Amino acid sequence: MATDSIATIGEINKYDFRTETKAVFKARKGIDAEIVRQISDMKDEPEWMLKFRLRSLEIFESKPMPRWGGAIDLDFQNIYYYLKPTDGQGRTWDEVPEEIKETFDRLGIPQAEKKYLAGVKAQFESEVVYGSLQEDLGKKGVIFTDTDTAVREHPELLREYFAKIISPDDNKFAALNSAVWSGGSFIYVPKGVKIEFPLQAYFRINAENMGQFERTLIIVDEGAEVHYVEGCTAPMYTTESLHSAVVEIIVKKHARCRYTTIQNWANNIYNLVTKRAMAYEGALMEWIDGNLGSKLTMKYPAVYMMEPGARGEILSIAFSSAGQHQDAGAKVVHCAPDTSSRIVSKSISKNGGRSSYRGLCKVMKGATNSRSSVVCDALILDSESRSDTYPYIEVDEADVSIGHEASVSRIGEEQMFYLTSRGLTEPEASTMIVNGFIEPLIKELPMEYAVEMNRLIELQMEGSVG
Amino acid sequence: MIDVMKHESLKITNLHVAVEGKPILHGVNLEIRRGETHALMGPNGSGKSTLGFAVAGHPKYEVTEGTIELCGETINDWSPDKRARQGVFMAFQRPMAIPGVKMADFLRHATTNVRRPDRKEGEDLIPMREFRKELRGKMEQLKMDMEFARRYVNDGFSGGEMKRAEILQLAMLMPKFAILDETDSGLDADAVRLASESIAQIGGDEMGILIITHHDKLLEHNTPDYTHVMLGGRIVETAGKELAEELHSQGYDRVRADYPEAAEAELGVRS
Repeated sequence: MATDSIATIGEINKYDFRTETKAVFKARKGIDAEIVRQISDMKDEPEWMLKFRLRSLEIFESKPMPRWGGAIDLDFQNIYYYLKPTDGQGRTWDEVPEEIKETFDRLGIPQAEKKYLAGVKAQFESEVVYGSLQEDLGKKGVIFTDTDTAVREHPELLREYFAKIISPDDNKFAALNSAVWSGGSFIYVPKGVKIEFPLQAYFRINAENMGQFERTLIIVDEGAEVHYVEGCTAPMYTTESLHSAVVEIIVKKHARCRYTTIQNWANNIYNLVTKRAMAYEGALMEWIDGNLGSKLTMKYPAVYMMEPGARGEILSIAFSSAGQHQDAGAKVVHCAPDTSSRIVSKSISKNGGRSSYRGLCKVMKGATNSRSSVVCDALILDSESRSDTYPYIEVDEADVSIGHEASVSRIGEEQMFYLTSRGLTEPEASTMIVNGFIEPLIKELPMEYAVEMNRLIELQMEGSVG
Repeated sequence: MIDVMKHESLKITNLHVAVEGKPILHGVNLEIRRGETHALMGPNGSGKSTLGFAVAGHPKYEVTEGTIELCGETINDWSPDKRARQGVFMAFQRPMAIPGVKMADFLRHATTNVRRPDRKEGEDLIPMREFRKELRGKMEQLKMDMEFARRYVNDGFSGGEMKRAEILQLAMLMPKFAILDETDSGLDADAVRLASESIAQIGGDEMGILIITHHDKLLEHNTPDYTHVMLGGRIVETAGKELAEELHSQGYDRVRADYPEAAEAELGVRS
């Protein structure tokens, strides 16, 4: 917009910069068994993992593209599946190559680490290039490492859960991830250990036509607590890139896990992600899923409530502007009695953007006295934009309480006039209405992330005006 | 009052307004100088609120003829926010709810823009501490609980709370000209008295005020210098405060009889 300052334009481009790097190794474009073997070989993996990858590749090749969700116009042979940016992982930022360190500096990671994080993992292309964890947490037995390292250093723990929650057969993109996965976080929080500050992972795609396939596994043992946060950005290219992650979480008896995502990929990235958690007796799993970037996101974080008293909460915020389709949502599956779940979804569509809420609430036979509430609200800012709701409810038990509310609203002319008649410009007024719309979700976030989310939404609002 | 202010006026000349193609106002003339209080009365549907919306710049209210001038400048083409920043305010009969937006945040933003008409988007707002102090002072004056500032704008407000919130905005924004559209409707007698006192206190002798009302209670502490009667989209009669008293006690039959042409237009508007 004309009145905007240069400073704001700089802000919009804050994530849109490319880093000149010399990759240590870059596999050729495309996917086949040779590439899969090469990745496994580079990582010096045990035989079982190579077999797992090759089997997953077959599943990937045999599965058709999903016929629902968004339009995926992607040439799988025009993607780089593995790019190793550095030799080994830094334990201090000084051990990270200068140009990559600068990248994360510009993204504010080391600063956040000093202020309010208990540990950090920074992934650049296919590998984690930096990792830290507060010393006292290590002494308590907390493991926070990249998943490749976990394969080597914690093989038994990893094998017990790896791909047990999301098998390669689950869907085409879970199969793809299983075949070519690299990086991601492995977290183990021992019994009764409560981690006060968040652990954060930051994912950066830098190269063109890149595919990033991190694989995350989080095990929260009985009575333990953790808050994991992930952020993701990339520079803008005219061609498509792909991000396809698999995240598996086990929340044991009376444990709590909160997983916060602030997804701000560039608008040329397909973000096709499978995320699922199993919550056991009296456990609480919370997904906070913020989707602001990407060309197309298809992501439905799930909570399976496996034992009595388990709870699942999913808060989802989606913002789509020109050229974007956010097909986001949530799944809650009640497998045991006395379980409860809550889904709150807020989506905003602007400048021709499209947001869809796609959700599943399933109650299995025998899951008596289960409760679920789903609220999804959509806000549409102009007549070119679109919002859809696809709620699926499957209940095989009579003794349950299920609530579903959905609303779609457009910013009304009367609301706009009211605010502008008090001296606010039209962009200020619509930003204020949007901020108010998501406020009930934002206020559930820790302060630092609430500030970040608000700022990103303001940037989205400003960026799409002019 | 400083002399120069006395010359500042909101001047409406031969104003014709249509809403969605349907003519509502048929040539309204009215001039309000700073420091004056005007009462605008008239039966439902006579066009009183339409005049307010047109002056405040609602995009649905199309000026088809005539001018609105603010301190000598024609403002027909100004956006609503520019009008507000240059000193026009309308208290809504039915204010809009803005869920999730706190009164205090909304007021801080609005107050900053109105006080600094040249402020660009993204520039700093009035410092929080300074703003809070002023807001607290104004709220105490209006006998409002500070809790009010933490609630979402008009969201779940009772009718009375909405009207008080409008008066609080008036007190913070301190416009040159204020149009109060039935700020007394839905209030009980005590609340109307409080509103009346508050408006008189805020308005002082520097604000030009147009009070749209059916009753004379709101005028108790705001004695009108002029009372206008609107009928069928025109101001048909202007007199002093005694006219407001007459209309309140005896209704509009006499006016309709005196102005048969306007009374006929009134029926046209209503049908």
